[in-house]
Amino acid sequence: MPFSFAIAHSLPEVVLAAGALLLVLLGAVRGANSGRLVMEIALALLTIAFLLLFTELKGKALIWDGAFIDDAYGRFMKGLALVGAIVTLVMSRDYLLRIGLNQFEFPILVLLAVLGMLILISAESLLGLYLGLELMSLSLYVIAAFQRDDVRASEAGLKYFALGALSSGMMLYGSSLLYGFAGTVSLQGISAALHGQINLGALFGLVFLLSGLAFKMSVAPFHMWTPDVYEGAPTPVTAFFASAPKMAAIAIMLRVVMTAFPSITSQWQQIIVFVSILSMAIGSFAAIGQTNIKRLMAYSSIGHMGFALVGLASGTENGVEGVLIYAALYLIMTLGTFAVIMSMRVAGVYVERISDLAGLARTDRMLAFCMAMLMFSLAGIPPLAGFFAKWYVFNAAVQAGLYPLAVIGFLTSVVAAFYYLRIIKIIYFDEPAPAFDQAGPVLNFVVLVTTLAVLLFAFWPAPLLLAVSAAAKSLF
Amino acid sequence: MFGFGLLSALVFLPLLGALFIFTLRDDEAGYCNARWAALWTTLIVLALSLYAWAQFDQSSAAFQLVEQRSWFGAGLVYKLGVDGISMPFVLLTAFLMPFCILASWESITTRVREYMIAFLVLETMMIGVFTALDLVLFYLFFEGGLIPMFLIIGIWGGKRRIYASFKFFLYTLLGSLLMLVAVMAMYGVAGTTDITVLLKTNFSAHMQTWLWLAFFASFAVKMPMWPVHTWLPDAHVEAPTAGSVILAGILLKMGGYGFIRFSLPMFPLASHDFAPLVWSLSIIAIIYTSLVALVQEDMKKLIAYSSVAHMGYVTMGLFAMTPQGVQGAVFQMVSHGFVSGALFLCVGVVYDRLHTREIAAYGGLVKIMPLYAIAFMVFTMANVGLPGTSGFVGEFLTLIGAFEVSGWVALFATSGVILSAAYALFLYRRVVFGALEKSSLMGMSDLSRREVALLAPLLLLTIYYGVHPAPILDACAASVDQLIKGYDAALSLTKTAALSLH
Repeated sequence: MPFSFAIAHSLPEVVLAAGALLLVLLGAVRGANSGRLVMEIALALLTIAFLLLFTELKGKALIWDGAFIDDAYGRFMKGLALVGAIVTLVMSRDYLLRIGLNQFEFPILVLLAVLGMLILISAESLLGLYLGLELMSLSLYVIAAFQRDDVRASEAGLKYFALGALSSGMMLYGSSLLYGFAGTVSLQGISAALHGQINLGALFGLVFLLSGLAFKMSVAPFHMWTPDVYEGAPTPVTAFFASAPKMAAIAIMLRVVMTAFPSITSQWQQIIVFVSILSMAIGSFAAIGQTNIKRLMAYSSIGHMGFALVGLASGTENGVEGVLIYAALYLIMTLGTFAVIMSMRVAGVYVERISDLAGLARTDRMLAFCMAMLMFSLAGIPPLAGFFAKWYVFNAAVQAGLYPLAVIGFLTSVVAAFYYLRIIKIIYFDEPAPAFDQAGPVLNFVVLVTTLAVLLFAFWPAPLLLAVSAAAKSLF
Repeated sequence: MFGFGLLSALVFLPLLGALFIFTLRDDEAGYCNARWAALWTTLIVLALSLYAWAQFDQSSAAFQLVEQRSWFGAGLVYKLGVDGISMPFVLLTAFLMPFCILASWESITTRVREYMIAFLVLETMMIGVFTALDLVLFYLFFEGGLIPMFLIIGIWGGKRRIYASFKFFLYTLLGSLLMLVAVMAMYGVAGTTDITVLLKTNFSAHMQTWLWLAFFASFAVKMPMWPVHTWLPDAHVEAPTAGSVILAGILLKMGGYGFIRFSLPMFPLASHDFAPLVWSLSIIAIIYTSLVALVQEDMKKLIAYSSVAHMGYVTMGLFAMTPQGVQGAVFQMVSHGFVSGALFLCVGVVYDRLHTREIAAYGGLVKIMPLYAIAFMVFTMANVGLPGTSGFVGEFLTLIGAFEVSGWVALFATSGVILSAAYALFLYRRVVFGALEKSSLMGMSDLSRREVALLAPLLLLTIYYGVHPAPILDACAASVDQLIKGYDAALSLTKTAALSLH
């Protein structure tokens, strides 16, 4: 396969890799006050990478010695990850400046993390998978602890690293078992080698591999790091963690089970059903008592990842479509919610208690309305977008005969609705707390656009549905 | 995108009104404009619904004014239409809304814009529920109504508004989500959620049982049936007057409508099997909640419990599955829509003056508020089911329907009529008659012109339909006939199948 062909099919990755290296150089030469410039260039690079996803290249291309695949599925998920990264970076420019985190290393680390995500999404072999995953994770560890003089951030970073390293180890062990029993690292090769038979060693490998991926997706019982990291890290970092890496983790989870183990669905289905139920339950019950909004969003994300896995548990193409729709809509809702959280600034100081939102409906009506709609949508109340996300994943599960899973899922979502309602109650029913400062055009814009998307999705779902069905098809 | 059929216009016009109010300014002048804009929107919707009524052909049992657009693909369609069963409810909704706006004219002074927006969005959702011909679309409107109602109770409600709003929301959500699982299962069988197709789909007997139970979970909560009725008194008591009117007038009817539209025609076998359960629950509701109503000290709570009892007649009549029973149930729902709505308005009238709903705080109102006493009396009588008022027709028909199926059911249910007379007259005596002793009552003025305009139309309708119930009964007759024919056919089919096995 010609080199130029491979380059053409991995152009976004190439651009990001080269750009990140050049930015390191630039930062080193220009010194400490190049943060702003590096940030702008990083944003430009991410945008270019995003636009490169829409080039003429169609179909599947297996490149880089079978470690990397470029297909419609990958392009869709990369699009989501890049949107998440771009929006969070744009939102965080002012914030980082205010809390004195505008060193040039930050955007570069984000770039490298995104590069890792893109490689991860396109991984077609266990090697590519590990490479992408580690590039992403190592950058994320540093980003989590980037606010060095803050105890909570350092603790978050350390915790994330320790647990993350453990999960990487598990995943490597699982990969080695799979390689040992299948004799290949290629995902398709593993599928072929297994012949649809259940092999105990490969099964062990599968379990370890899924555990590692579950950790990155932050689903229970591998979720422990999530609340601490969400709460401890600066809000822009949390927003980034909640969006882009989640998309990458979902993407690779789907790709691994659908490409490497399509013939032993019944085996991994049990695992997915188990972690899905556990995540939904922990995500909804543990969130009830939270007072910090970022911590609450952490539990909310655990629950939502559980909901997304409901679609995967069905093991069908409909299920995959459901997960993709869920991922896209969840991304929108998360970005909107974090934009609101970043707008929570009283007299120049950022606040993050839920009670700081009290009476927002009377101090800033627009923001209150948007937050309320985002919360209703996260709770899955129709006619907002969150309902359709749930409809697609649960419908796939019901069609696959997983009635108990669907019923349990809906019961937990009633519990989850309680804490989303609590936020709305605080915003609309309670007496006002001090008003927030002016949030600035970027945050307002993000809040407004995401709210409109959530409100109007029911009127115009076709674009997302078409993209999703094309993406899901390419995985089968 | 969506086209602009008549029903679409009905559904989305209130939303447009809400959008307009959204742009108004947040001051006293803006509030005034918001009130007028809301009133005009609801009046135009009412006019449109009357036009739709004129277009409606009563002799046909088919869905009319149907419009269809592709929506989510894969079997989900945007489809609206009305038949004889849903048309009265559309009219009822459109009819009650202007009253709600008027009833809030002076009593709501804070956040008026948001209030009007919430009500208009709620109207969209309610009309949507009664016109949707796609199950997912139905669900969308059915659940979507929770959002504005939650805010209405929570923001403009009474002391325990937060507790009441949460209870209302979570109770209803829990029931509805079970229904959603059933919707998905039905989608799996039929490959579509188009209601007209689902009505012709035969679900296996085993599946019907589960589907019926799931739908029952949702509609029984909404209805509400004993023992899942406990959210209703709380919600009613805490909601502002107009909120109570809508709750009692329309939202409760969604449950009954759901039974007629889905449970009975789609799962006839299960409906037949579970009918004794429904009758039992209905009878308990009628007797037990009537007794509970007797001891209430809060006027709204008393009426709320009486609503539960009256809904008991509806479920009883429905599951009798005789023409009288079902038509009576539809009539009872419509009639209860404006009678209970009017009763809540009556409570609102004195509440606006004295700011308490405690029965003990009143007494002897007839001496200073004669007009009020007359209006309140007519509605109380209608609530009791006095012949000559619309309340009588519904109760009587449902009782006949039940009697045809089971004498015992009718016997127990009839005792509820006596009990309802007891609590309603007891309430009336304590509030309106007696000596006018309390000094706080002395300054109370009789009905204002706005309040007369509010109650008079409802009063006339109550009496008009009491002596001439034909318009509503005729409207639903064809559709009810078709419903019962389909139901009997399905039952006899399984009976012959069972016989041929022997």
